Amino acid sequence: MCVAPPFRIVELDGNTAVVELGGSRSTARVDAIEDPQVGDYVRVHAGLAITKLDPDKAREDLVLFRELGML
Amino acid sequence: MKSAQEELIARTRKLAEEVAGVAAEACTLMEVCGTHAHQYARYGLGELLPERVTLLSGPGCPVCVTTAGEIDATLELARIPEVTIATFGDMVRVPGSESSLAHERARDADVRVIVSPIDAVEMAECGEREVVLLGVGFETTMPSVAVALREARDRDVGNFTVFCAHKRLLPALDALMAAPDVQLDGLLAPGHVSTIIGWAAYREFVARHHVPCVVGGFEPDEILRGVLALVRQLAEGRAEVENAYPGTVSEDGNPRALALIDEVFEPCDASWRGLGMIPEGGMRLREEYAQFDALKRFGVEVGEGAEHPACQCAEVLRGAIRPVECRAFSNACTPANPLGPCMVSSEGACAAAFRYGERPGGMSESGGKQ
Repeated sequence: MCVAPPFRIVELDGNTAVVELGGSRSTARVDAIEDPQVGDYVRVHAGLAITKLDPDKAREDLVLFRELGML
Repeated sequence: MKSAQEELIARTRKLAEEVAGVAAEACTLMEVCGTHAHQYARYGLGELLPERVTLLSGPGCPVCVTTAGEIDATLELARIPEVTIATFGDMVRVPGSESSLAHERARDADVRVIVSPIDAVEMAECGEREVVLLGVGFETTMPSVAVALREARDRDVGNFTVFCAHKRLLPALDALMAAPDVQLDGLLAPGHVSTIIGWAAYREFVARHHVPCVVGGFEPDEILRGVLALVRQLAEGRAEVENAYPGTVSEDGNPRALALIDEVFEPCDASWRGLGMIPEGGMRLREEYAQFDALKRFGVEVGEGAEHPACQCAEVLRGAIRPVECRAFSNACTPANPLGPCMVSSEGACAAAFRYGERPGGMSESGGKQ
């Protein structure tokens, strides 16, 4: 499914990141994005970050996802 | 102050009104994204839009377009005693000719659901069993399978292979336009495939077929923004590529992801459920990665396979019929007892229609036009 809420990178080790969403953490690869940084919001598909997101839009989306009970 | 949800509803309603104002004539649009199909049903967008604007579901669910022959090949792989199948969850209950991965698992096959392909490589590294990853998906999923294959090669993981059943979207769109039982006036292009391939990738398609093509996002307002752009082009007699999902989709896509795909895969002819054999409609592993080809390692071939005689997934996938028009919908075929993939996958058009209350003869179970 492509309804992908924004994940935030909280740790980075080479091409592997720890990403966080709604308090739960998972790992994702960051091979496909340019210059990933801790704090970046990314869209994750099948364990791979496929694009960085505008942080303001990502925070807005998080509010909506929370209200819709999706987080 | 309005909540974000109330604002979303207000935006969505306003866009539906704008669509009604702009769309002068009847038109048939198609989305090619399982999530669009799901969201469209979930938010009842069909009931918000005027009746003259039809949005059909196309072949946008990767599991659904996987052929019965390919499913049978995964089952044959699953029956090999030393093999562990690693797969995305949607594939587990999809019926092949006689069985499904869920059935094989009940008969002692080792079938594991993974979230990330890299997990399958690690599973192989940590054990002795032959781990076969089912590579199913469009351009969105190919890069993550490519990362797994590159890791397997770099880390010299000898007991990891991939059954490569990936499909390429653009050749399928051409096949769709050539289908005799489908007439489309506009195409809502999928957001995340387009994140990878870029919106410029549709230019040649639009030039060939002279139909408007708009890339759309996944929230209900984003979907309707795409629909509005399509009906506006039709009203103005234009046929162009537009991006209604800016911020996520760029003109040229994700160059790193495209390079990953290109390093590992090369286009090949492939069969799609509902559309048949499509030139360059799929991907195979490049020669440099041939050692990771599960079909070669285990001597398995993809045959014709047989769909359930009552199943009309093929017509649903082309948009020739709507899910509720299938003879088996909600009687012989339900999510609990699916005859075809469109009722299994969370991205399937039939599963979405069933879950959100569409029933034959009416729009909604609870207060609709039964």
